Amino acid sequence: MVPIVQGLLGALTYRGSEGQWAWLLHRLSGIGVLLFLALHILDIFLLGLGPGVFDELLFIYKAPPFRVMEVFLIFGVLYHAINGIRIMIIDFWPQSTLVQRTLFRVELVIVAIIFIPAAIAMLAPIFRG
Amino acid sequence: MSASAERIARARATGNSFEVLSWFFMRLSGVILMFIVLFHLFYMHFVIGVDKINYALVVQRWENPLWRVFDLFLLFFALTHGLNGARYVIDDYVHGSGLNLLVKSIVYTLGFALLLMGTFIIFTFRITS
Repeated sequence: MVPIVQGLLGALTYRGSEGQWAWLLHRLSGIGVLLFLALHILDIFLLGLGPGVFDELLFIYKAPPFRVMEVFLIFGVLYHAINGIRIMIIDFWPQSTLVQRTLFRVELVIVAIIFIPAAIAMLAPIFRG
Repeated sequence: MSASAERIARARATGNSFEVLSWFFMRLSGVILMFIVLFHLFYMHFVIGVDKINYALVVQRWENPLWRVFDLFLLFFALTHGLNGARYVIDDYVHGSGLNLLVKSIVYTLGFALLLMGTFIIFTFRITS
């Protein structure tokens, strides 16, 4: 565990400008989405136990705390996807490194434009009761 | 220099094509995932809605073999892209060849088990015809 903690602390204190935050968020969102994917494969595997067990366990996903987790998931997937596009732009068009700060800010705006309405729509049912 | 950058430098020096293929695979699977994951999330959250997801819905959805094919692609690309990402993360933080091998063995074994479980349920779930 210690190297992981050291690595994360190292990452958090390294330079700290756009490129580093883009990298750190890409890594954290990637790990988060992978962990959710593992959970999701396990829950779908439980379909094999029949409707009784499967529908009984679905209350977990429908509970308010999990609805909030799902909003994090949507953010993680969206960020990872849009940041992946930024990475590929930089890979295949090296001159874009000259405007990489702007590229990252544009990316955040695009993520926000898609994420905010999606998050509101997803959280609304909790408040409606 | 991070472990992944070192690996790429070593790959260039020795002509190791695995890391080049890995780099290319991340871009290719990333673009594929951008379409199928975002469509999957949009469809399940906004076309169907989390409240309506249950056993009966999966039965109905998987009556169409095209959905099974879609989900198989989703499973395969998400898991392989995620596990290859996990490999980068492990190489960045877990040093020492013994520990590195141990952590990778555990993660790959779990990943392979998840791939088998997911594939199994997609191919065998209520095949009636």
